[in-house]
Amino acid sequence: MKAGATTARDEDAGAGATAAATAAAGAPAGRRLSLRPGDRPRKRAAAAVRPELAGGPTRWQRIRRDRTLLLMVLPAMALLLLFNYIPLLGNVVAFQDYDVYGGGMLHSQFVGFANFQRIFEDYRFWQVLLNTLSITFTQLILFFPIPILLALLLNSVISDRLRGFIQGVLYLPHFFSWVLVITVFQQMFGGAGLIAQTLRQHGYNGFDLMTNPSVFKFLVTAQSVWKDAGWGVIVFLAALSAVNGELYEAAAVDGANRWRRMWHVTLPALRPVIALLLVLRVGDSLTVGFEQILLQRDAVGPGASEILDTYVWYVGIRTGDYSYAAAAGLFKGVLSLLLVLLANKVAHMLGEQGVYSKK
Amino acid sequence: MTATLVEPDAGRETPLQRIDRTGKRPVWEEEPSRIGQGLKGISLVGVCLAIVAPLWVVVVTSLSDTKTINDAGGLVIWPKHITFQAYTELLSGGTVTRATLVSIVLTLVGTVFSMIVSVLCAYGLSRPGSFGHRPVLLALLVTMFFGAGLIPTYLLVTGIGLQDSYWSMILPSAINVFNIMVLRAFFMSVAPELIDSARIDGAGEWRILLGIVLPLSRAVVAVISLFYAVGYWSAWFNATLYLQDSSKYPLQLILRQFVLQHQLPPGMGVAMGTGQVPSLAVQMAVMMLALIPVAVLSPFVQRHFQKGMLIGAIKG
Repeated sequence: MKAGATTARDEDAGAGATAAATAAAGAPAGRRLSLRPGDRPRKRAAAAVRPELAGGPTRWQRIRRDRTLLLMVLPAMALLLLFNYIPLLGNVVAFQDYDVYGGGMLHSQFVGFANFQRIFEDYRFWQVLLNTLSITFTQLILFFPIPILLALLLNSVISDRLRGFIQGVLYLPHFFSWVLVITVFQQMFGGAGLIAQTLRQHGYNGFDLMTNPSVFKFLVTAQSVWKDAGWGVIVFLAALSAVNGELYEAAAVDGANRWRRMWHVTLPALRPVIALLLVLRVGDSLTVGFEQILLQRDAVGPGASEILDTYVWYVGIRTGDYSYAAAAGLFKGVLSLLLVLLANKVAHMLGEQGVYSKK
Repeated sequence: MTATLVEPDAGRETPLQRIDRTGKRPVWEEEPSRIGQGLKGISLVGVCLAIVAPLWVVVVTSLSDTKTINDAGGLVIWPKHITFQAYTELLSGGTVTRATLVSIVLTLVGTVFSMIVSVLCAYGLSRPGSFGHRPVLLALLVTMFFGAGLIPTYLLVTGIGLQDSYWSMILPSAINVFNIMVLRAFFMSVAPELIDSARIDGAGEWRILLGIVLPLSRAVVAVISLFYAVGYWSAWFNATLYLQDSSKYPLQLILRQFVLQHQLPPGMGVAMGTGQVPSLAVQMAVMMLALIPVAVLSPFVQRHFQKGMLIGAIKG
């Protein structure tokens, strides 16, 4: 992620400046620089000339100096601690026989990996894992290329106003809630939807895509495309607008036609972005639209629509088997983390930038 | 959520690198073929229609009277007798009015709360070299790759007594790490000369944030506010998870009951008796209530995107 890369660069700059300052001033290595690297490099040079400035502040002096900044970070940290890190520890219920009425987390009995054993012996779990992966795969094939194609199409529109208008239309559904998107789909493709209604009026049989388990993964993909494919265009448009226009001109002068310019100039410019998004999607294989699918779970039936996240919800919240559900959730979390790391490694091996890089 | 690609220098002009978009075809480009142009036009119109047409049907049906709907046999494609009856029925008190108000207040309070926490956090982390910013940054980023999971979060939120409280809709989802990172990237791209000169003039961090950094980041603040607002407005799952009392339901839950499950919750307006299926126009009008605020607000974001102020994106 670029935000991460930014930090890395700052740190490099900071380290370089420290080294320069200590070298010039002959100060002992490892001392902290008194100035924040955010201050101007000119001042760092001044510090280098005046050794008394290079003797860094102590930890307490730095805390005192930055106390306002620390205070500003505090509310977010409190929320993060309470709603992310404490629940992270709460995953111990996965190793317990959690009993809501028997004193909760602190007094429940530890059972080791028994819950995980129950999961792996449960055929439902494997069915759910298979469902999840098959929906992910369908989306990878049918969703992923669409924003790229749309971006190429949009980029070829010359009129600024027309392009702006189309972009506005394309981005709109991204801001709709899933409830709304699914109701829209129901009004179109449901049993009483527009298409079924029109077919019936002309003497054909109506149909109901919304409750048909055999097309569920395609339905879910279509909903995702309708909602988010337009939004996905932004990343690619940003990459396209960063292409140096002179490259196209030079290619044209060299006799490259429209298609060859796309192949030799446009696509190479998009490659890092495509690789990055592909890595993220593959790393995120075990996650497919939780809210979207939960909303349709009852209509379609869990056979086709149960994915890992809804399974955790069903077993935990609906049936109250918290330990089993937490174990399934934890298993998914750890596996996802490993997948991200693996996908990132593969990206690096292929010479792409990946999500993050080693320092 | 997966998120990426924040361009730190996005606020600055890089005229040479941009394709010249003066609305004219560059001289070296060959004239496009008739067929190519035609296909392009058809696909663009098709894409736009796929998005707009369903919404059009919803709008028209919500504005139609019972007779038009019966004649059409359901959804209406062309308006005949425009009536706002469905809307006046819904907004004259009762469940939907209350749910709409709940959603509006939740969205406003939640967005303001999220923005205050996020902007402060982003600014606190944006001064390079400040004490302890690296571990804090790491603590934030870790949560992007490893979430706590549904069950422990649920046990915590109910454990600290937030069940049936509106805070359960705000606090657990109040900060979004990606949004904080975008804000931070922009705060860092504010010209250091400005900040330095303010500091020399004796401005403290609060003064710098409120007087210099925020006014210069107005566009990104607008965009991130909209992201948060849309999140609160669209929230459905947390509401089903934590709110048991149906009188506290926000609009999305009512929308689902009305249109997906065809149920009328008790306490519905006088015009319809309990247990009756809401009329199609009323169902569509509820959809419109959920849709209008985002449809009105999102073009404003787009303006900021187009200014090139935010080169970043969220998927999922």
